[in-house]
Amino acid sequence: MHELSVTQSVLDIALANAGARKIKQVNLVIGQFSSIVDDSVQFYWDMITKGTPAQGSLLHFERIAGEMTCRRCGHVFHPTDETFDCPSCSSPLVKISKGEEFQVDSIDVE
Amino acid sequence: MTTRIPIVENILSANDRIADRNRVLLDEKGVYSINIMASPGAGKTSFILKTLEALKGRLKLGVIEGDLATSIDAEKAMAAGLPAVQINTGGGCHLDAVMLADALPALPLSDLDLVLVENVGNLVCPANFQIGTHLNVLIASIPEGDDKPYKYPGMYRGVQVLIINKTDLMPYVTFNMSYFIKGVEALNPDVTIFPVSCKSGEGMDAWADWLTEKVRAGNQG
Repeated sequence: MHELSVTQSVLDIALANAGARKIKQVNLVIGQFSSIVDDSVQFYWDMITKGTPAQGSLLHFERIAGEMTCRRCGHVFHPTDETFDCPSCSSPLVKISKGEEFQVDSIDVE
Repeated sequence: MTTRIPIVENILSANDRIADRNRVLLDEKGVYSINIMASPGAGKTSFILKTLEALKGRLKLGVIEGDLATSIDAEKAMAAGLPAVQINTGGGCHLDAVMLADALPALPLSDLDLVLVENVGNLVCPANFQIGTHLNVLIASIPEGDDKPYKYPGMYRGVQVLIINKTDLMPYVTFNMSYFIKGVEALNPDVTIFPVSCKSGEGMDAWADWLTEKVRAGNQG
């Protein structure tokens, strides 16, 4: 489980940008190909924010679905667990075009 | 009143900054480094020991072993006559840049050409955490099955070299190599692939020659 260190990084980024203001919400953007478990991050968040300007704040997860683009025909699709082949032309020559996001997008402060 | 402050910062940026510092230290010392990742049982330690054997007399090596607990692997490297450091993550599922920053000074870097880092056995997240090495290597093994690129895309995405180990088991295991390679290349079209068998030694020379070239080019650069 690496969610504790990830959660600590989120808190560090939020506090560095909040100054002395109280943090109400932290908005995260997480792609499907990034390995993170929301519930686990939320669990650690409530623990490690105690006594900080982020105490009692919410985490908001915007999830970005994995998306691939066919390098042969340009078709854009969501890959399945069994194959990454293009569903339009069956080419295996595809590239990831979305789903690797792993960002603190913004914070809401008072 | 609530105000929204836009940030857009990668969650792992602090880790990545420390990883950059590790790489600068290694470059200053003229040491090339590789981060070896794989699931438990893929053959990381055997692969490292075989690599050490193949590079004997060519390069001066050091080893950093990452494990949840125990120093079994570091002891094996030391028994092979090499400077080795054990990192115990205490349950952590990957090595991060801070752990490597703590371990590097324990090696005689000025006397080394190459440091091999064995990451924690895990196919989910280690590739997400840069540690500052020059090359990320993933070992896949035939008995794990041909669907792993589809199930663990992040790992197959985050490496420059893929070792396909235990090729000696191909006659005994159902493994569709073309389906496997197709998944790998969709995620990572530029990856360099070496099929090897640590048991028979097949393929190890090609890997060792390629790595020696890389290290010499890196150390000159």
